[in-house]
Amino acid sequence: MWYLCVFYHRLLDYRKPEFEALADLFGAFDNNNPSSSHSLEWKLPEHHHPDSPFHFVNLPSEDIARNIANRSILVKGVYEIWGEGSSYEELKEAVNSYPDDRKLPYLTSDSTFRLIVDRFGKAISFKDQTALIKGMSYIPFKGKVDLRNPEHKFWLIETDDYESNNGLPPIVDKRVFFGREIGGADRKLLPTYELKSRNYLGPTAMDAEVAFLMANQAQAMPGKLVYDPFVGTGSILVAAAHFGAMTMGADIDIRVVRDGRGPDCNVWSNFKQYGLQMPVSLLRADNNLPPWRPGLKEIFDAIICDPPYGVRAGGRKSGGRKLLKGVVSPYTVPDDKRTGHIPSTAAYSLAECVHDLLDLAAKMLKPNGRLVYFYPVLRDNNDTIDVEFPKHPCFKLIASCEQMLSYRYSRVLLTMVKIGAYTDEIEEIARVRHMEFRENHVKWMEEGNLHAAVFSPEFLGGEDLDGKIGKDPKKKYRGKYV
Amino acid sequence: MRLLSYYMLNSTTHAVPNDYRLKIEVKRVTIKEDYFEPDYLRELLPVIDWKGLVYASKMLGYTDLPDEFPNESMLDSEDFLKKFHHALLELHLEEGALICPETGRRFPVKRGVPNMNPKDNEIPLNDDKSNEKATKTKKRSLDQILPPATYKANITVTYI
Repeated sequence: MWYLCVFYHRLLDYRKPEFEALADLFGAFDNNNPSSSHSLEWKLPEHHHPDSPFHFVNLPSEDIARNIANRSILVKGVYEIWGEGSSYEELKEAVNSYPDDRKLPYLTSDSTFRLIVDRFGKAISFKDQTALIKGMSYIPFKGKVDLRNPEHKFWLIETDDYESNNGLPPIVDKRVFFGREIGGADRKLLPTYELKSRNYLGPTAMDAEVAFLMANQAQAMPGKLVYDPFVGTGSILVAAAHFGAMTMGADIDIRVVRDGRGPDCNVWSNFKQYGLQMPVSLLRADNNLPPWRPGLKEIFDAIICDPPYGVRAGGRKSGGRKLLKGVVSPYTVPDDKRTGHIPSTAAYSLAECVHDLLDLAAKMLKPNGRLVYFYPVLRDNNDTIDVEFPKHPCFKLIASCEQMLSYRYSRVLLTMVKIGAYTDEIEEIARVRHMEFRENHVKWMEEGNLHAAVFSPEFLGGEDLDGKIGKDPKKKYRGKYV
Repeated sequence: MRLLSYYMLNSTTHAVPNDYRLKIEVKRVTIKEDYFEPDYLRELLPVIDWKGLVYASKMLGYTDLPDEFPNESMLDSEDFLKKFHHALLELHLEEGALICPETGRRFPVKRGVPNMNPKDNEIPLNDDKSNEKATKTKKRSLDQILPPATYKANITVTYI
């Protein structure tokens, strides 16, 4: 059946992948039939821009639709549409001709209901809202009105031909929808989990909304084990644990995972703060030299992380300055300095970091397990990015969602599904690559230097600054900047 | 550190065979109740190294697990699953160490976090002067397809 799905107008690239990841989780796809596609049928209302928050989606059942909507972060609501039109007269005609057996069960006298008026892109005054609600009196509502906890919520949603240049996608003409709400995101989660109320924070803690999106892409749920190899303050695992997953994290910085800022301000306390299940384990481990036993394979259901890509924070791996500067014999810490000594670390290039991450995921994820991670992309002035994302024979890339961070660069959330087994051959190739990275450390560090590309002053080619601004005015419609 | 993660861990400084188990040194153990999920436990049981788990739970003072790998009828017994759950997820090694049985290298566990990182002198060198050596080792190891850790030259455990 077709439902109207209205999204919150933000993080545009993330909307459909989140919806489809959850559709997969709640059984919208036939898993026994490998030829069935793992994407949903989508349709835009007439004349709508693809960035519009309004989409029609075909789902097998109302229960699945409700589960998806309630678990999601970006779905404002999923509605069974009783009628739509380009004017209120057309809407009335459409609603009246909608079959009674779909309408009457929700209009009975022993039920409670509420009617909500909403308009995209423009506010409606209270007076106009009342008038619009009164205008719907041709529907035989018999139940009692309950504004707080109604059994059924009905929505009257309008898209107006508002002025352009307000940063919203262009809309050609007015459209009015009337429908029954099936479900919607619980955005109250976000103030609960927002970073400013969190006890233990680091400079690169993941924003709560994005962390929930990552957990949804990874299909975190009870009975699944989720691993974050760059756990930091645990901000991503907190979101996964909220959805009931068992979590496990590792970080190379022992001060972050073990000590935090005191007994009530560390990674554990972040879980305690929200009453979540504690991580199965926190380790101090290096992604470059993983501590897993050789026989251990396919234990994680998902790996979620935000690898250090050297813009906000650089990656580190074991092997410090002392080794890089050409000391041949192993460095030994003198006896008197041994207590509490933290071994030095060396910079970790992005290419090597991603290679290690893919190798780890290929080895440790269960079949159909998901690897969800951010990948940085440098932008030109274009609206599209043309990048080749990392590939691996064991993985299929199923979603890439861009989030612009600055004029110069974006981060893209990649979701990969494990489709192939980790063979000896792949292991051998990975090992040889690992050695190559080790030998050409300096070269990789220079080539993968994103920090310089993002922060170096722009080369203006002799043009003065004012001239530049005059030629390139900031575009009014912001698309992915939302 | 729970025993589920004990089961996953390994020495990072030393090439090891498959049936290898780190030894446990116990200073302090805590027991924290955790949510019981029988389905997950049943799924996990076939992949767990049973002898290792029995050894570890005994070290942490819990002796109720059967020595032999549980047979299929036990998978439905809630009593057994609760014991398994307790050993795997509720026993925490708070202070102590994991010890490599072959080299004696000690990986300390402090405040429940095991430190698996190698020390400065345990990492393969990759500076200019050692490049030549590393290339040689790589070629040899490629020819003979030796396990990865053989190229980690100069592993000397100087402080235990």
